[in-house]
Amino acid sequence: MVSGQTDHPVPAGEPERREPAAGAIGVATPDVREEGPAPVDGDGPRRRLGDRVGSVEVLAGLLILLIVFREPLARALSAPRLQTWTTVFVSVMVQAVPFLVFGVLLSAVIAVFVPRSFWARALPRHPALAVPVASAAGVVLPGCECGSVPIAGSLIRRGVTPAAALAFLLAAPAINPIVLTATAVAFPNNPEMVLGRGVASLIVAMTMGWLWLRLGRADWIRLPRRPELDDNSRGRAFWAAVRHDVTHAGGFLVLGAMAAASINVLVPERWLQTLADNPVLSVLALAVLAVLLSICSEADAFVAASLSQFSLTSRLVFLVVGPMVDLKLISMQTGVFGRRFAFRFAPATFAVAVAVAVATGAVLL
Amino acid sequence: MNRQAQAVVLLLLGGAVIRASLTDLYLNYVKEGLRPFLIAAGLLLVVAAVMTLWYELRPAAPSPAPADPAGPDDHADHGHGHHEPRVGWLLILPVLGLLLVAPPALGSYAAGQAGTALSSQQRPSDYPPLPDGDPVQVSVLDYASRALFDKGASIGDRRVRLTGFITAGPNGQPILARMVLSCCAADGRPVKLGMTGDVPGGLADDTWVEVTGRYSDRIARDPVNDAEIPYLDVESWRQVPAPKRQYE
Repeated sequence: MVSGQTDHPVPAGEPERREPAAGAIGVATPDVREEGPAPVDGDGPRRRLGDRVGSVEVLAGLLILLIVFREPLARALSAPRLQTWTTVFVSVMVQAVPFLVFGVLLSAVIAVFVPRSFWARALPRHPALAVPVASAAGVVLPGCECGSVPIAGSLIRRGVTPAAALAFLLAAPAINPIVLTATAVAFPNNPEMVLGRGVASLIVAMTMGWLWLRLGRADWIRLPRRPELDDNSRGRAFWAAVRHDVTHAGGFLVLGAMAAASINVLVPERWLQTLADNPVLSVLALAVLAVLLSICSEADAFVAASLSQFSLTSRLVFLVVGPMVDLKLISMQTGVFGRRFAFRFAPATFAVAVAVAVATGAVLL
Repeated sequence: MNRQAQAVVLLLLGGAVIRASLTDLYLNYVKEGLRPFLIAAGLLLVVAAVMTLWYELRPAAPSPAPADPAGPDDHADHGHGHHEPRVGWLLILPVLGLLLVAPPALGSYAAGQAGTALSSQQRPSDYPPLPDGDPVQVSVLDYASRALFDKGASIGDRRVRLTGFITAGPNGQPILARMVLSCCAADGRPVKLGMTGDVPGGLADDTWVEVTGRYSDRIARDPVNDAEIPYLDVESWRQVPAPKRQYE
């Protein structure tokens, strides 16, 4: 969009992060690097234009236009299909805002107030052992996927080995007391679904952590440069982190919510009916549906329960894949960790989650 | 998007969320239980916006750290930040949705898209007797599950009164529907109820009605997901305004 804003050129001699590297905590691979300064070419003329028309002016103009054209806008959105789209979009956002804000607060606390040495003491030194500990930590923290992405970003920034942070990222939304209770309520006649969901999600989270240790390359993760986190004033650094993460992760959340609303309106449920009878197709269909629908992990069990024409195993796949890979998450991960990471991590997680969930279903259901 | 613009967007978003949760608007989108969290999150957004503006607009930092010459405290660049997220512009959309458009709760279009939410999966083992009253006020979901899974045994020949909206059924006949939410409107699913007897006629989709009637053992199938749709034998009906809580 027209931001009229350019990146401020940063002198190359930017001092390294101030903390004495309290150590590569459980880090086997070289530390994940943050993005370097932006290229400065072609900055001159745009910069001057940017000085005259700043974001605030653009924003003010935009808002005035929107208020002036409110009536025609509301009329344009009154067609039933568009109206349903708007309702679903707004409700995904409203539902996610508390989780996003609280997740961002926690991530800002981690980024600013929790010293690096804490993680060295809290996590086992060996990365392969840090992975299950981080997954278990995810089980205790009741969070939604929207909140866990910035938290995982902060953990990596604070020197936690990416493998452990990623295991936490996958485990936190998928298996926590709230989600498991919701699953039990949605499947009153099949308590084994709760067990299956917990076990399968935990296995996927740890597998992905260990897989990252074997195959992952640190340079896939490009955390955006965040000089404000090293601010001398802790208060300023904290609020800068909150402000940045809400606009950043929130913006990607908007993208994901728009995609989810479109799928919700465009894909009629009767298409699924035809897929339900084939055992292989039904698993794939619900796995893809979980990715596309991007439902909050606290609600997906109820949706799975209503997909009664599908087998229990395929619905377990839906419950395991949904909190770990979906459009909203891919969008946010692209924003927080970079495209190179998200486009490798998401398909790998998808494949592992489907395989593990099917195997769990074969044993338990 | 520079930091001041971000602060304005955060302020708008927080304000929109607070406004929606203080009025009943939020009930169109999420469950009632989320309200305290919405208010808290809205307030935090406003505080974040105010703190950002406070740090941005303060004349100069009291002690610009000399050890950090290129740091962000360099107030000469006043808001022209490093890698300020442009994707943040998109946050205007939910603000717009909440403040200007305020879309209504899911209605007959969504009900027609999705299959009825009742499946044998959610069958509780036994149903408590209906509360007192003649007719007794029950929810569409309660009636439909008693009619389907209990074969109407716990209803008997009591008169029941339910409130729902009109939507077109599989064969064009009007049916009574109500949306059920478990988290937010993205997972909203309809509960559908066929009607015999004095069927409300000549009403547009999404018209809210209150029907009074008795149990009927007739059952139809929802073509969307092949699930069973129970029936109600309507004795009388009247049009009512949309309830405050449109979801069950």
